[in-house]
Amino acid sequence: MSTDTTPATDAVTKTAAGTDPGAPTPNLRPDTAHSGRQWAARLAPVASLAVFIGIWYAVSYLLLTPERRFLVPPPHQVLSVAFLDWARLEPMLLALSLTAQVALAGLVIAAVLGITAAALMSRASWLERSLYPYAVVLQTVPILAIVPLIGLWFGFGFTSRVVVCVLIALFPMIANTLFGLQSVDRALHDLFTLQKASRWDRLRKLEMPAALPSVFTGLRTSSGLSVIGAIVGDMFFKQGSPGIGTLLDVYRSRLQSEELFASIILASLFGIAVFAVFTLIGRLAVGSWHASASAGER
Amino acid sequence: MVATLGTALRLDGVEKRFPNGTIALEKVELAIAPGDFVSVVGPSGCGKSTLLRLASGLDQPTAGTVHTSGDRVGYVFQDATLLPWRSVLANVELPAELAGADKAERRERARDAIRLVGLEGFEKQLPGQLSGGMRMRVSLARALMMRPSLFLFDEPFGALDEMTRMRMQEELQRIFAETGFAGLFITHSVTEAVFLSSRVLVMSARPGRIVAEFEVPFPHPRPAELRYDPAFARIAGEVSAALRGGSQ
Repeated sequence: MSTDTTPATDAVTKTAAGTDPGAPTPNLRPDTAHSGRQWAARLAPVASLAVFIGIWYAVSYLLLTPERRFLVPPPHQVLSVAFLDWARLEPMLLALSLTAQVALAGLVIAAVLGITAAALMSRASWLERSLYPYAVVLQTVPILAIVPLIGLWFGFGFTSRVVVCVLIALFPMIANTLFGLQSVDRALHDLFTLQKASRWDRLRKLEMPAALPSVFTGLRTSSGLSVIGAIVGDMFFKQGSPGIGTLLDVYRSRLQSEELFASIILASLFGIAVFAVFTLIGRLAVGSWHASASAGER
Repeated sequence: MVATLGTALRLDGVEKRFPNGTIALEKVELAIAPGDFVSVVGPSGCGKSTLLRLASGLDQPTAGTVHTSGDRVGYVFQDATLLPWRSVLANVELPAELAGADKAERRERARDAIRLVGLEGFEKQLPGQLSGGMRMRVSLARALMMRPSLFLFDEPFGALDEMTRMRMQEELQRIFAETGFAGLFITHSVTEAVFLSSRVLVMSARPGRIVAEFEVPFPHPRPAELRYDPAFARIAGEVSAALRGGSQ
């Protein structure tokens, strides 16, 4: 599942960098040259998409015999069978919205737990020393290995799906928040010490705002992981309404390859959307001062 | 000015030894009266900054005593040390905010301080949008707004270019003449020390001790041209000679 989302997220970042309006052009007619380059930058990912679809067709029609074509159905067939038929699209969208709820619930819980844990660890170093190693362990335990146990403890429905998301998304939240809290300039700490600031004021007015860019880095990573966790959870905990992961498994077992491809595309688009939303939120929340501050100080 | 017997800052037999055994400061005696502006010059690593951290209470001496009258101490760091997410006004308000001052009052005091350093009209800007010199003015305003009786400066203009630096020195001694506080100014620039101060102390290389002391008799406020006065040059020359002697 991660291989589905990784190239897609790359495409998002490349587009964002390519359309940077701040790039100066040493040209006599800067307006036209500039917009021309902008268009070229915007068209590049469209062109690579066209090439990708071309290769897809080639695999479907040139590589595969008609009886094996179900392995890679051609794009227009995926479109007409799965996307344009509301009777088939609707269950996929319903499943996706449920998976989205699971991912969001897991992310929110992971964020609250992770930020709280990091704030506590930054307060007391004995807490950090005794807890952080286990946070690392949490990251290294293969999630699939403890999935059966989660099922036994929390049942085979919504709760367990959320638990998988929390487990998979927690560590980046703790690690990034803690890093942010601990990399506050020493002179700024001195400033607060000189004013006899309370611990609460120091956390609220110095450490938390300073850590905000790192917190958003964590949120961006964790949001992607949470989507993956939700889909993995769907596949293992099938009680209740199906998520997109449940459907993926159903379509695979019934060889409904058009629906299988469509739900993979939907899940990937959802992953891209989540990444883009958190990138945007992060930029809105800290962009105004963070970029200028790192360019300005020292 | 009312004659006061008290001192704004007094260091008696102060010694600072670091856990690794290095002696940063040895038997430092120092007294600064209210209205006195004292500069300390010395070679790099002589413990000047340590002296300031002890005076402010950020560090404790391993021997001797540090006494400050009143607790309104202003501290200006080497860098502007501003919160990059706060506007100029909110940065200047910070000390009063942390001290729990009333909002209307602290806003008025912050605006006064911003006016004093000549940053009117920049209240809403973020530090990242300002030049190095302007950021240092914000830092000055922030310290001024607590109306400190003792002002500690840790090489505040060291990172600025020469022109900005000279202008900031002129501004600072104008503010000093207008507000009247006791100042302790750390620098490695001899002309900066002589231009600003009523007294210049020379420190030796580690372990840091005060090895010479010079009176600078020119009255405040001092014109910028004072730097080119022969009498000024003579004092600066003596300080430089003492500095070379102390660092050998």
